Amino acid sequence: MDLTYSAEDSAFRDQVRAFLDANLPKDIQHKVLHHRRLSKEDLTRWHKIVAKQGWMATGWPVEYGGTGWTAVQRHIWEEECAQAGTPVTLPFGVMMVAPVIIAFGNEAQKRHYLPRILNFDDWWCQGYSEPGSGSDLASLKTRAERQGDHYIVNGQKTWTTLAQHADMIFCLVRTDTGARKQEGISFLLIDMKTPGITVRPIIMLDEEHEVNEVFFDNVKVPVQNLIGEENKGWTYAKYLLGHERTNIAAVGRSKRELTFLKRVALDQQKNGKPLLDDPLFAAKVANLEIELMALEITVLRVLSSESSKRGPGPEASLLKVKGTEIQQTLTELMLEAVGPYALPFDTDYLEGHHEHSVTEDDDAAPLAAHYFNFRKTSIYGGSNEIQKNIITQMILGL
Amino acid sequence: MDFNFTQEQQQFSDALRRWVDKDYSFEARNKIVHSNKGVSDQAWATLVELGMTALPVPEEQGGFNGSAIDMMVVMQELGRGLVIEPYLATVMGAEFLKRAGSHDALLEQVASGELKLACALGERQARYDLFDNATTAQADGQGFKLNGTKTVVVHGAQADMLIVSTRTSGKQRDSDGISLFVVPLATAGVSVRDYRTIDCQRAADINFVDVKLPASALLGKLGAGWDMLDAVSDYGATLLCAEAVGAMDALSAATLEYLKTRQQFGVPIGKFQALQHRMAEMYMQLEQARSMATLAAVKVSSADVEERRRTVSAAKVKVGQAMKYVGQQAIQMHGGMGVTNELPAAHHFKRLTIIESMLGDTDHHLARFIAQPDFKKVA
Repeated sequence: MDLTYSAEDSAFRDQVRAFLDANLPKDIQHKVLHHRRLSKEDLTRWHKIVAKQGWMATGWPVEYGGTGWTAVQRHIWEEECAQAGTPVTLPFGVMMVAPVIIAFGNEAQKRHYLPRILNFDDWWCQGYSEPGSGSDLASLKTRAERQGDHYIVNGQKTWTTLAQHADMIFCLVRTDTGARKQEGISFLLIDMKTPGITVRPIIMLDEEHEVNEVFFDNVKVPVQNLIGEENKGWTYAKYLLGHERTNIAAVGRSKRELTFLKRVALDQQKNGKPLLDDPLFAAKVANLEIELMALEITVLRVLSSESSKRGPGPEASLLKVKGTEIQQTLTELMLEAVGPYALPFDTDYLEGHHEHSVTEDDDAAPLAAHYFNFRKTSIYGGSNEIQKNIITQMILGL
Repeated sequence: MDFNFTQEQQQFSDALRRWVDKDYSFEARNKIVHSNKGVSDQAWATLVELGMTALPVPEEQGGFNGSAIDMMVVMQELGRGLVIEPYLATVMGAEFLKRAGSHDALLEQVASGELKLACALGERQARYDLFDNATTAQADGQGFKLNGTKTVVVHGAQADMLIVSTRTSGKQRDSDGISLFVVPLATAGVSVRDYRTIDCQRAADINFVDVKLPASALLGKLGAGWDMLDAVSDYGATLLCAEAVGAMDALSAATLEYLKTRQQFGVPIGKFQALQHRMAEMYMQLEQARSMATLAAVKVSSADVEERRRTVSAAKVKVGQAMKYVGQQAIQMHGGMGVTNELPAAHHFKRLTIIESMLGDTDHHLARFIAQPDFKKVA
């Protein structure tokens, strides 16, 4: 039993810190630390900086341009990024479609897509969910019919994160309607500029345009954009889900947000004293902090037992459930902390159109929106109820 | 970074488990519970033989100088096996002797299994505040004279000697002015009222009337016992967390087995999602508790006292929450059988419930966690 980082790991941490210190643009950092919205330009600029450093693909094999980091080093990278206030890495290209291309794509696909993902030349989005297929993903209905050298795609995807910025979408489509629902699915890469694709915004609780519906109306997709074999897409999708959950616990970000919460609770007054001195509020914060301390150790336990680089097994479900519970409680307590200052809603400030919020309490201004935004975390990436089903089946064997 | 137990640790864990399976069955334990003494000399002899009493004692006094992680491994097994022998009381007592120094002969006797100890720390008005001491030790010639009453002293009557916290100066709730003494149970003026506890162990209220002690009975410096008392209490809480993890492991395994075998409506009840999701939550609670129990075992010997307090209190909170959830859900999912006294599961539940009330409950440790300077650090 040894819970200390090795000398090599500590040196690595210093290296990461120095890089972030020198290269994270202050304007982007300020937005992240203050819960303001990031533009397409902000996100692109940051991803290009990481790409230039060669640190984009922390989980890929080295021969494709991966960093070759250990699981502990990846954790350190994620933790330092969170502490510094970088944007969260967009997972759709580098963490989601790329591992599938590496595992199941042909040589031409690897040569074409992987360098572009490494350089952040393409903005990817994910075409999985449909209006009738949420947790029951395999019931999806979007059709792809083979006609000569093309598939003709018809149907609709939904909850497509940042599709309004995307160059490419990876889609699960039905290529055989007669088979068992898991067996007639294929994995297609589609250029978002193809005629017949329409993107419609879905505005969320916090009035942010983060997700979309994507409609496909006789969209022609070249057959060379099929990954692996036709009708084997479900296997690839399941493989991908194992990768989606790296860093799902987001312990680093939650540690940063806990400090923010405490700072706000020291600023706010109750009974003429800092709110953090109120025993009822302090108890809520302390409970949360202890759960987070426990989760950090649980994450390290999972990491250190990882033998391969494939990411955690079904224990990832535990990390997802507890991680998102903590994230949501943090946003809940932040909202509670600012009391009546939860009311003012200044989207111009959130979008960066002016420097200070309408009430001039810039800490408080985004917190209600932040709370509403984070309700998604227990729903996306496999709802927390689905995660409990996974624990039930894969770990408990019920 | 390495979260594995060493091969050696794994070996004594296995040895303890083999002993429990073979000689400390649920039925054998029941006989001990209902015996006059409430503990078993034979079981103690085996624990001594397995090296368990020598484990926490320094090498110079004939022990193995075991770390808190070593002790975690032992306590997990004792928790799993529902062992009710006066082991924790003795180990906590030995920790006082170790920290105080100059009681080497007693430590040697602990290592060899000849000496059982108990810690008489609590008082009726004190709840979990161990500095709240109305028991006094007054200077008396070359020695001291002890007066007062200590309550709910775990395995007090089964011990040969007691570690007693007293006030030698200051007000009743001051942390200054506390002194600790080692007192043979057979000393004149010591009277013991022994009773059962609901988790099938033993405790006692112990009364001291003009008990004369030699100067050599003092542990550490006169009036400066608080730091030692606080540290040993943290050590004890850490061991309780480990015992709780072992008990939760056993209780979760029993519940899972029950969900797979108990049939209703023609299927195993584990097919019902209402039960599955609670079992999944039990698993998560237990793993979070295991993480904190481990962290406490690593940090309890830290020279940084604030870090020690903060971590041990955090662990007792997390383990406390997990014990309640795992315990209550396990009983609920066992149905009617869960509320009988006939299953080991019921006894794990009782032990877990009582661990919550030992050395500070969840609320006590939550308040202590908040009181540490680190809680308000935002830089």
